[in-house]
Amino acid sequence: MSGSVNSFDEMHNADGSVRAAYSDYSTWFEEQNTALLNRKHAEAETNFRKTGITFNVYGEDEAEERLIPFDMVPRVITAQEWRKLTRGIEQRVSAINSFIHDLYHRQEIIRAGRIPERLFRNNAAWLPNMVGFTPPGGIYTHIVGIDLVRTGPDEFFVLEDNARTPSGVSYMLENRETMMAMFPELFMRVQVASVSDYPRRLAKSLAACAPKCAGDKPVVAVLTPGIYNAAYFEHAFLADQMGAELIEGSDLRVMNGRVAMRTTSGYKPVDVIYRRVDDEYLDPLTFNPDSALGIPGIMDVYRAGGVTIANAPGTGISDDKAIYSFMPEIVEFYTGEKPLLPNVETHRCADEESLKYVLDNLAELVVKEVHGSGGYGMLIGPTSSKKEIEDFRKKLVANPSNYIAQPTLALSTCPIFTKKGLTPRHVDLRPFVLVSPDKIDITPGGLTRVALEEGSLVVNSSQGGGTKDTWVLKD
Amino acid sequence: MLGRTANGLYWMFRYLERAENTARLLDAGMRMALTKDIVTAEEEWRSVIATSGQRAGYEAKHGTYTGTQTWNFILRDRDNPASIRTMFGLVRQNARLARNAISGELWEAVNESWLEIEKQLADPVGENRVLEVMGTVRRAGMLAHGAMAGSMLRDESFHFARAGTFIERADSIARILDIKYYLLLPSLSWVGSSLDTGQWDTVLRSVSGDRAYRWLNAGQIDARGICEFLVLDNRFPRSLAFCHSALRQDLAALARLHGQEGESNTLMRDADTRLTDLTIDAIFDQGLHQFLLDFTAANAAVGVAIASDYRFLA
Repeated sequence: MSGSVNSFDEMHNADGSVRAAYSDYSTWFEEQNTALLNRKHAEAETNFRKTGITFNVYGEDEAEERLIPFDMVPRVITAQEWRKLTRGIEQRVSAINSFIHDLYHRQEIIRAGRIPERLFRNNAAWLPNMVGFTPPGGIYTHIVGIDLVRTGPDEFFVLEDNARTPSGVSYMLENRETMMAMFPELFMRVQVASVSDYPRRLAKSLAACAPKCAGDKPVVAVLTPGIYNAAYFEHAFLADQMGAELIEGSDLRVMNGRVAMRTTSGYKPVDVIYRRVDDEYLDPLTFNPDSALGIPGIMDVYRAGGVTIANAPGTGISDDKAIYSFMPEIVEFYTGEKPLLPNVETHRCADEESLKYVLDNLAELVVKEVHGSGGYGMLIGPTSSKKEIEDFRKKLVANPSNYIAQPTLALSTCPIFTKKGLTPRHVDLRPFVLVSPDKIDITPGGLTRVALEEGSLVVNSSQGGGTKDTWVLKD
Repeated sequence: MLGRTANGLYWMFRYLERAENTARLLDAGMRMALTKDIVTAEEEWRSVIATSGQRAGYEAKHGTYTGTQTWNFILRDRDNPASIRTMFGLVRQNARLARNAISGELWEAVNESWLEIEKQLADPVGENRVLEVMGTVRRAGMLAHGAMAGSMLRDESFHFARAGTFIERADSIARILDIKYYLLLPSLSWVGSSLDTGQWDTVLRSVSGDRAYRWLNAGQIDARGICEFLVLDNRFPRSLAFCHSALRQDLAALARLHGQEGESNTLMRDADTRLTDLTIDAIFDQGLHQFLLDFTAANAAVGVAIASDYRFLA
């Protein structure tokens, strides 16, 4: 299926002229020698290989490191568009944090009848042992990577909230580094907001969420599952950029009511753990007794206020796609305002009427598992064969509450560079949001993911998507 | 820093040194074999395999010693845990483990070298490429040490990296010396024969000490002089005395940074005492083989003590 015909082209107007956001870039591009651009295009990959910006893939034989394809045409957002997005994101993130706090305390939103209790009861992402506990500073969602899609000049939608452990920020930073190394003159011509201080902002934001027992200079560390994790590069990168230790579960133990890491001069307490492991691998005593990755007793220390875990355990409940469908109500309930950023229309298959509608319109809809992520386990009706649709129908009928459905959005396009010149491809956008008691801090930029196949709407890197540098223009 | 990270750094540099030393050894053996007829060339390859400690692995796979088989086994055989390819993979893996304790320049130097070595070793290496590949491996070591010297903070990470380098280097020199001596010099009466001179020249080449030795000794090649040079001359960066003098400084720096001395400092002092005021005559009287055995054991003990003093493992 090609969504391109009716999609919003971010670079060009309907008459083929260039939109204001891209005019400086376009002028520069027209002046470039095609042979040179082709060479730069090839160089970009070598550059990523050399710096080791790879993700690990485990096939049948042996570990393999792959590159996420990089496209050298930037995705451009004007200062005005960005300001608007920023307000919407702040509102949404603030509501999500309040919502999670409420779910683990008085559950006002359920008492008020705005969302049904069944959504989180029996939901594995809802952690009973977080009930009644407030993390340091009241912050649950320290780092959020909201996925936005665009369908028109002013139409941005939130597709996913990613309030658990969003990844990809290293690509935001390295894509910019690569672009500046390849085309320094471009950055002299176009005023692009800098993203490079994200690690410093992250370190600062995390330190601001330190527990009371921490000293003046809280010790922050990044917790990784280890060298074989797909996103290990990013974990090491962030630790290095923040000047923080990169820890594994085996480096940690609980001592004197604190979580301590094994340094060359003995065990030293850690104040804030930026964890890139899932909840169930945090504490074998509390969650998963088979886990070799966790730190026995860490949850007890956490609940006693001896350490900050970012993001807070139990935050994943807000990433549930059935919960997502209630986000407009959630935003309104906690902020008292209408949502500035709309949701994508979502049909909950648990509702009988919705299910009927979805079954009748499978060929036009996107159907997702409520707990799924990464583009797996979903049906994209318009690009699926009859057999695929019928197979999916059986799964859906067997367990309707496991699914939600959304219309197939005409995602906006941004050009990519090919040997034949610029050609439009669908994109989405993941800005990175830092939350501390002091403020909600959004770095001007983000990760633009791009579907490299013509007409494809799947931008996930696990399914062949690529990335672009994302420019927020200065006024 | 984390004990686990320190362990990663230490082993990153040990493997780097080991890979580099293996390449030097192979290079010297290659040169030797080129000057021989086929039968003695086979002996030379056998000696290269024996000196690099890969004899059992090699003989489990190959019945004969040929140049192509030898260098492909040492360079790229995946079944050989001591192949340069395996070792360089471990260099990179440990660099990844210690990624936030090394500079970006050092990481990129190691990563780029790894990519290049993997590329060059993707296919079997023929006569026309073998010198080039060994050059790449040696250059990889120099690149990494250069990047380290020019960009790394002089904190504990720097000293752990150097400790790994010198422990490994000392071990490797002692082993080369011991095996060559044991294999090639069954009695002191051989000293001065032409075969012997060639073999000792190889020993010097395999630690890149031929030029330095010539300058210091005006071209005189004799076993005693070479042993003295490789064991006791602390002007040469690949002598045992130099390695231990450097190691002692790094361990002292680590003790200073940590505010206390450990077992490694004590063992280091003991090892030092044994080398100080030692003459080559005294070593030969005791027997070079016994001396090297003692040295290697003391060197290894320092390595074990470093790991325990600085909590490398849980």
